[in-house]
Amino acid sequence: MDSVRSDRNGASSRIPVALKILIAGGFGAGKTTMVGSVSEIRPLQTEEILTGVEGADDIGGVESKTTTTVTMDFGRITITEDLQLYLFGTPGQDRFWFLWDELSQGALGAVVLADTRRLADCFPSIDYFEQRGTPFVVAVNCFEAEQRFAADAVGRALDLDPGVPVVLFDAREPLGARNVLIELVEYVARRQLLSAGSR
Amino acid sequence: MPADSMSNSWLDRDAGPVVRPYAVTQGRVAPTGGEIDMMAFVVATPAETEPAGRLQPEHHAILAAAWEPIPVVELASTLDLSVGVVRVLLGDLRSAGLISMYEPPAASRPHDVDVLKAVVNGLRAL
Repeated sequence: MDSVRSDRNGASSRIPVALKILIAGGFGAGKTTMVGSVSEIRPLQTEEILTGVEGADDIGGVESKTTTTVTMDFGRITITEDLQLYLFGTPGQDRFWFLWDELSQGALGAVVLADTRRLADCFPSIDYFEQRGTPFVVAVNCFEAEQRFAADAVGRALDLDPGVPVVLFDAREPLGARNVLIELVEYVARRQLLSAGSR
Repeated sequence: MPADSMSNSWLDRDAGPVVRPYAVTQGRVAPTGGEIDMMAFVVATPAETEPAGRLQPEHHAILAAAWEPIPVVELASTLDLSVGVVRVLLGDLRSAGLISMYEPPAASRPHDVDVLKAVVNGLRAL
């Protein structure tokens, strides 16, 4: 088995493995609730340059650049000392798409939260992850019992690719949120084994 | 002004930042020495001598927080600085040889199935 650690130049501490999972979905779908129910939630500020030239040569004209502050929900689950999961509640607004590119880079996968009262809200997230090839599961946040729908009906309504798991859960319950994460990681492992087998 | 009305004022952090975030970096928005992944781990390297000047309180705060490996995002959240600002400061520290950085494995690389199994087992044990 290959080591997933980076090279070390004589550092005394071992470098843990940190995996990134994105929690996406429309506004009010339960992203903050979910991150908060399974991990110690904290705010993370990103200050992004919206316009402007990249590269170190062009930093003279900083005053003319537009920056925007985005605060994300962020949480850590310590699996072992050497293995940590980081959850990022991704900002739902369209104008923050640029942030997603970095967040999804190297991500283990994503959870798309769906609210059956506003199912269309999660379409952009699903499109995004499908296009990028980021594995994702759809988690239907069931706020109340009467809102429960059959998982496969939701999958059909969302026109998901076969095999994409749809899970019903309550974002407020730690076990529910945990089970969604397990579903995602198992799905990623299944995909990995399939693609390894087809090579 | 009566004291009561003061309680509704925005004070300290409630009032928002007094300086714009990149003031800490003197307006620099890109780290020297190349990009830094938000999931990269940072470890302070023990310095034999105090580096000559130029370090700001925020640099020192990073060095103090990175006495054991800590990811960039964790530093930003802990120090209440934005990720972009932390990256620029890390670039300075890296150039000065005061930290080691460990970038995550290439994004194109599949995640190790044994690691995934360990994650599932760990989550079940929560």
